[in-house]
Amino acid sequence: MNPVNYLYLAALLFTIGAAGVLIRRNAIVVFMCVELMLNACNLAFVTFSRMHGNLDGQIIAFFTMVVAAAEVVVGLAIIVSVFRSRHSASVDDASLMKL
Amino acid sequence: MSATAVHSLWTMAGGVTSAAPAEKFKAPVIEYAQLTPVLIVIGVAVVGVLVEAFVPRRARYYTQVFLTVVALAAAFAAVIGLAAGGYGTTKAHIAAMGAIAIDGPTLFLQGTILLTSLVAVFTFAERRLDPAAHGNHVDSFAAQAASVPGSDSEKAAVRAGFTTTEVFPLVLFSVAGMLVFPAANDLLTLFVALEVFSLPLYLLCAVARRKRLMSQEAAVKYFLLGAFSSAFLLFGIALLYGYAGSVSYATIANVVDGSVTRIDPALADTMGNDALLLIGGAMILTGLLFKVGAVPFHMWTPDVYQGAPTPVTGFMAAATKVAAFGALLRLLYVVLPGLAWDWRPVMWAVAIVTMLGGAIVAITQTDIKRLLAYSSIAHAGFILAGVIATTPDGISSVLFYLGAYSFVTVGAFAVVTLVRDAGGEATHLSKWAGLGRRSPLVAAVFAVFLLAFAGIPLTSGFSGKFAVFKAAADGGAGGLVVVGVISSAIAAFFYIRVIVLMFFSEPKADGPTVAVPSPLTMTTIGVGVAVTLVLGLAPQYFLDLASQAGVFVR
Repeated sequence: MNPVNYLYLAALLFTIGAAGVLIRRNAIVVFMCVELMLNACNLAFVTFSRMHGNLDGQIIAFFTMVVAAAEVVVGLAIIVSVFRSRHSASVDDASLMKL
Repeated sequence: MSATAVHSLWTMAGGVTSAAPAEKFKAPVIEYAQLTPVLIVIGVAVVGVLVEAFVPRRARYYTQVFLTVVALAAAFAAVIGLAAGGYGTTKAHIAAMGAIAIDGPTLFLQGTILLTSLVAVFTFAERRLDPAAHGNHVDSFAAQAASVPGSDSEKAAVRAGFTTTEVFPLVLFSVAGMLVFPAANDLLTLFVALEVFSLPLYLLCAVARRKRLMSQEAAVKYFLLGAFSSAFLLFGIALLYGYAGSVSYATIANVVDGSVTRIDPALADTMGNDALLLIGGAMILTGLLFKVGAVPFHMWTPDVYQGAPTPVTGFMAAATKVAAFGALLRLLYVVLPGLAWDWRPVMWAVAIVTMLGGAIVAITQTDIKRLLAYSSIAHAGFILAGVIATTPDGISSVLFYLGAYSFVTVGAFAVVTLVRDAGGEATHLSKWAGLGRRSPLVAAVFAVFLLAFAGIPLTSGFSGKFAVFKAAADGGAGGLVVVGVISSAIAAFFYIRVIVLMFFSEPKADGPTVAVPSPLTMTTIGVGVAVTLVLGLAPQYFLDLASQAGVFVR
């Protein structure tokens, strides 16, 4: 199968993730969409790695996974603490500082 | 390379004898001595985590402050040592198997980041501004960040005298990422460094002692938008990797400017594909411009600057900007010079809207922290004007500007922590009315910082702006300089307005008080004023230093 198809899939997933970040209102869902974008990046890395016949892309995919995991730790900590103090994880409610 | 040949890369291992691949494996050579600044900071940050686990609560604050200050000072000494050893000029080279570039800009920016973090950490450690709670001195950070604001568990934590001493290791981790960020010489290192310095900052934003809901809100916004932008950066990296078959800056640069003579047949599809290069480059620039706070990507800046604890805001505003501009410079000057015709018009547009947007929106602000946030956006535009110059002068003027600007910023936010009323810091501008009558010294110091932001002669802001605009004009960006001067004039209006408010209006009866800080914050403000005046009155030595440092290694 032509590896370029995987690139199209990666671009599609990335776009779905980006659209989700902009459209969805729940912080957890927004965050999951960001994770989807990171996974789309991983797919692109692995595909390019296969196309070029070197291993760099696969190594980077591992790094991305670790970074995504670290981001989950920090992100969930922040979102949960906000949820506990406001009983809502909606990003629309976060408007204390609007002019 | 045919498809089967590529495929054999993954399947050969079973067919060959075990000795053959072992011979091919070369252990990486890491120049630990030249990485000492980063290693010291990371090492002490890890020790700081252990301190949180094992040192009794009462002794943690002093241990952490001591460790942090020693680490930053030692790392700065290491940077000076490397610079004295000629690693900034004659011995500049690429270390750690191509991951890190040790050269003039790296050392200059690392030194700047370490010094600003050092003075910023003094404001983190300040414990005399808030009235003591239940006999315990408190700093700007929540007693227990995990407790719900206003709950019984929070009250219990305050009564027990808890403090969030974790901020010190978090700052160190963040500084370590910032040290690597401008030095990164491949895109993977760039991405990892970006995350290493961002993740602790998201947490630091969430741990304010006062106005905790705002602080948490700022953290959520910063986190979601930061993660969004770093996903863009990562996809851009993936596309550039696809374009060049490598994430090393030098290799990508060679492919971009066409100096690679032999194109691998397997890469013929991708290497010739400018779409990958252009889209990838644009996405990486998006990620970096977000961190810098340039205008289409600046939405997070005012909210995060306002909501975060003020010492964190000062640290973030100064050090992040230095690190991010360092990385941006290296990307544009080392990786994409072959693409300058494409990125220059885009950066022109970004610089113009950043300068004008930041300066114009700042006029309508009524909160001092938001005002400084928009001012930092305008300053990002001025620095971008220097970045666009694409001359050696462009690099050195940006380096100088970053050094000058970061100390002014740390100092200005340190002054903001002093002006307080019953609810904590009095950040609304109306409360600052008549401050010059009540506490002339604090108001005068703040006026110096504002004048430096405005770029009035005899302050560091003027020398920096002059250097940047001169470089931009010489680099053929004269139009940009005109816009820069106009937006400087607009910006001067609201800086002067604050000065007028402080000195020429009657103080209100229920106005804020100015807390008397400990020597820690005094040092921060003192260093800020000293650097502002020295760089304003006698900038030549530092301009020379910056121009010596302004050469990237490839």
